Amino acid sequence: MTPKPVTQKPATRSLFDVSDHMTRRKAAEKRFRRYGQAAILVSILMLLALLFTVVFKGAGAFQQTFITLEIELLESKLDKKGKGNIEDIKKVSTFGYTPLIKKAFKSLATEQNIKTNIKTKNMAKIVSKSAAAQMRNDVLADTSLIGQTVEFTFLTNSWVDGYLKGRVTHENTKNNKNISAQQLDLVDELVAMGVIEKRFNLGFITGADASDQRPENAGIGVAMIGSLVMIIVVLLISLPIGIAASIYLEEFAPKNWLTDLIEVNIANLAAVPSIVYGILGLAIFINTMHLPQSAPLVGGLVLTLMTLPTIIISTRASLKSVPPSIRSAALGLGASQMQTVFHHVLPLALPGILTGTIIGLAQALGETAPLLLIGMIGYIATNTPETVTDALLSPNSVMPAQIYEWAKRADPAFYERAWGGIIILLVFLITMNTLAVILRRRFERRW
Amino acid sequence: MSNFTVLVIIIALALISYVMGKNKVSGQGQNLHSLPRHYAIFSVFCAIAPALGVFVLWLMIAPLIVTAPIYVQITDDMLSEGVSASLFMADVQRLANGLSDGAQAGLIDLALLGANPNLSELGKTLASAGLIFSADINANVFALSQAYLERYQTAYTAVLIIAMVASALGMFFGLRQISPEFRARNHVERVIRWILMLATGLAIATTMGIVFSMLFETINFMTLHSWRDFFFGLNWAPNFHGDSELAILPLLWGTLYISLIALFVAVPIGLYAAIYLSEYASPSIRPIAKPLLEVLAGIPTIVYGFFALIVFGPFLRDWFGDGGFLGVNWMADARSAATAGVVMGFMLIPFVSSLSDDIINAVPQALRDGSYGLGATQSETIKQVVFPAALPGIVGAILLAASRAIGETMIVVLGAGAIARFTANPFEALTTITTRIVSQLTGDGDFNSPETLVAFALGLSLFVITLGLNVLALAIVRKYREQYE
Repeated sequence: MTPKPVTQKPATRSLFDVSDHMTRRKAAEKRFRRYGQAAILVSILMLLALLFTVVFKGAGAFQQTFITLEIELLESKLDKKGKGNIEDIKKVSTFGYTPLIKKAFKSLATEQNIKTNIKTKNMAKIVSKSAAAQMRNDVLADTSLIGQTVEFTFLTNSWVDGYLKGRVTHENTKNNKNISAQQLDLVDELVAMGVIEKRFNLGFITGADASDQRPENAGIGVAMIGSLVMIIVVLLISLPIGIAASIYLEEFAPKNWLTDLIEVNIANLAAVPSIVYGILGLAIFINTMHLPQSAPLVGGLVLTLMTLPTIIISTRASLKSVPPSIRSAALGLGASQMQTVFHHVLPLALPGILTGTIIGLAQALGETAPLLLIGMIGYIATNTPETVTDALLSPNSVMPAQIYEWAKRADPAFYERAWGGIIILLVFLITMNTLAVILRRRFERRW
Repeated sequence: MSNFTVLVIIIALALISYVMGKNKVSGQGQNLHSLPRHYAIFSVFCAIAPALGVFVLWLMIAPLIVTAPIYVQITDDMLSEGVSASLFMADVQRLANGLSDGAQAGLIDLALLGANPNLSELGKTLASAGLIFSADINANVFALSQAYLERYQTAYTAVLIIAMVASALGMFFGLRQISPEFRARNHVERVIRWILMLATGLAIATTMGIVFSMLFETINFMTLHSWRDFFFGLNWAPNFHGDSELAILPLLWGTLYISLIALFVAVPIGLYAAIYLSEYASPSIRPIAKPLLEVLAGIPTIVYGFFALIVFGPFLRDWFGDGGFLGVNWMADARSAATAGVVMGFMLIPFVSSLSDDIINAVPQALRDGSYGLGATQSETIKQVVFPAALPGIVGAILLAASRAIGETMIVVLGAGAIARFTANPFEALTTITTRIVSQLTGDGDFNSPETLVAFALGLSLFVITLGLNVLALAIVRKYREQYE
């Protein structure tokens, strides 16, 4: 028997044939890559969702519903003695003005032949509660108005505003004490007549906060001033101290355990939760030093302590990036160490320092938690400060605290305000960060 | 004599010494040791420093020479029940401040007040101007506060005069020293160096301030409330009538649970994003995607909090709530651990991704090349070579993010609810250490009650926890960086 030839096929494959194993590995590779892309995508989608929500929900705050009424300023109501004496007119409180609004509605209804079965009292309720005060202020400013018929533009009640913005509908007025379906019908008619209309609302950007009964009247202007004052305080204190400390640590400090400790300490301070700075501020600035509560100055001091480590870290980094050859050259020409730093190193590092400072300030501008603890909570942003001391020391809110305050009031009309406030806050932050990027691009030097 | 006048006089002295210092060496050209400017600045320092020194000294000894003599006059029969002498003294000082502010604002005339004025009227005047808190003034407090004010004002006037004299003397001696050979620059630079050192010391002072301010109040709290209940109790039930249960454990649970949810979102997304950006992304995508991710960290937390409250919470409830799309009834309120946790997770993504990105980039290319040379695919290289090499640094980044999550306030204040309990259901409301600090310190409670003071104990605990995490994280990151540098 001849042995059968072994007809075993050789186990070679073409290099171009892909094995199962390799397919799996390639699929894993692709999958891994997709995960990465998905992670980026999810984050960016979240960012877009956030920004979209803010713009979508906040745009309404910049529009407000106004009503134009012709009001007869009856002398018999506003100046009973008829002598035009300002003291007498001042005695008439806002309650004295409310009947005039009702009367204006009554005559409007008869003139325009509006068929409605609601009482004039309820008709007048579609006007904001601030209307009477607005009239009173105008009359006190110019007493000659008394006796005339004057055209006033009032804010409407926030519910009417919500109706025009689609927040309030006929259906959801059933259990609502503040607005009825009939009132909304009246609003429809008045809109058709052009008495009620939506307009740009400058009052939101420049105005003060309003009590929780009149969301239509609330503005973020005063809180904006508070923020501005606070940021100036932070800048004025933290920039010089931050630069001084960084120069010492980077250029002069001997390398020993003490400076090591300071270094670690600063790095840790930058990561301390912001609310801890609030507790510190409460204990030291308010309870020990008896500085006034809710004052932008105190807010600025607290945020200075919070921002300093950030500024020191970025300043040190920019000082470090100035090449040693610059220092050697200056020293070689006979400059002292101090002159080397202040005449040569610091100017070269300045763009980087400013970039870091702006980013630190932007952080401070958006900070809320520590400010709540030093009293920036509640209805406090009520008056535009008139003097510098006033702006520093009298109670005021800042933008993020104001937004929190509105968020807390649990009223959709205030929610709209809060979103609007967020838009303004983000505009400030984007501006600051863009400035920082431009500074870096424009002046950054590579050695 | 007002502060302002004295300030103007001292500034004027400084300006004069600047001019005189410069004049004294002008026209001596090459013979000078330093630039004329240095001589001028030296004399300015000489004029200002003594005055500053006097004020610093005053701040230190004022309690001794003004407060202490009044303090010893407080007798036991002046104190009503439950009022300690130090509390009484604080009242005295507050009224004295109110009186002096009122006199400055022109509300009252101190000279006309005499020893026995109409206290209720005085109280009303001051309280309505917001200068003192309560309108009823104790006669004993009033008598002492008058004595205090008198002493204070005499002493302060003396201090102002001494400061001016010291300033003038300093100027005189400073100018006398100046001669062409005088090493003005060295002196000026030494002073500047001291100023720089002082600024550095502020960083230490801040830390000390944080620790001590919280430590003292925490000790106060511990004397009023049992520390066993604080550390080992299981209930958080503050009650402003006293007899509260103030335990940190339920709050700690809420804090850690919400942070954990946040990390569950942030770590995978952040890590994959970092890996993609550092290893895969084309040069055209990276410069766009990286800043966009970092925008997430730049958005104020109040915005995230409000988003959680208004948008994300209701969205979750639509899915998991009663009659939701999933048909499960897990979620009652829009505010829950998951609401705050997930939103916080998105905020933390850049904290994880940025640092991890740096660390992955720092892994030497040679390691990757070696792995490719052995036939590994890119993902295998990342998983088996780059990632293990970067692991310590990545752990550091995650710890930093965790410390951020634990200390985060606004998102949880708005999104997490206010119920302290032990629950494992992420869709139930929970509360954290930070939210309780805010609510205990922004309420109307008496400042010296344990319900308010507990906030300091909570703050100190928070500080210790986050500090521990930071120190650990920074140590890991630092140690790892050294290996490849």
